[in-house]
Amino acid sequence: MILGRVVGTVHSTIRHPFFANRTLLVIARTGTDGGPVGGYVVAVDAVGAGVGQSVLVLDEGNGARQVFDSPTAPVRSVVVGIIDHVDQD
Amino acid sequence: MLLARVVGTVVPCIVVDGLAGVPLLVLQPLDLAGSASGSTLVAADPTRMAGCGELVTYEGGREAALLLDPWFVPVDHAVVGIVDGLDLPTATGERS
Repeated sequence: MILGRVVGTVHSTIRHPFFANRTLLVIARTGTDGGPVGGYVVAVDAVGAGVGQSVLVLDEGNGARQVFDSPTAPVRSVVVGIIDHVDQD
Repeated sequence: MLLARVVGTVVPCIVVDGLAGVPLLVLQPLDLAGSASGSTLVAADPTRMAGCGELVTYEGGREAALLLDPWFVPVDHAVVGIVDGLDLPTATGERS
């Protein structure tokens, strides 16, 4: 899983039916200190995250399909958690 | 899933079973600033509606094939949707 911050949303009318009524979030990757490390991913929201929040993103297809309980869902990146804080030694 | 700009189309004369009639697009991956990021790639277009110049989302890996019908096809990148709106209030990732 990767750490990131929600920086925006994507809206599509013409898209695969799986994405109907699902929120697509633009996630900028961050380090453990919350600072951007470069790169981004567009992920499906499963927890109700919003812009500005630090989130945990699952970037693996089998786990993502498990989240949505669908063996053929065409999804790989899912926001699976909202982060309170990260402790680092 | 990442963002890309459609910069071309590919017209094959022979394809494997399952890919007949599936449009193939040349995509230029983008970063969050909208600039080109990395080299172009060829993606299947299950929406059959994306055209040159449009902003799209695409997926790579096995999930790309799952976007197609039938889904058991040899595809490694496919268009997920055509972007109507991209709302990026804090594109730098700073806390708003």
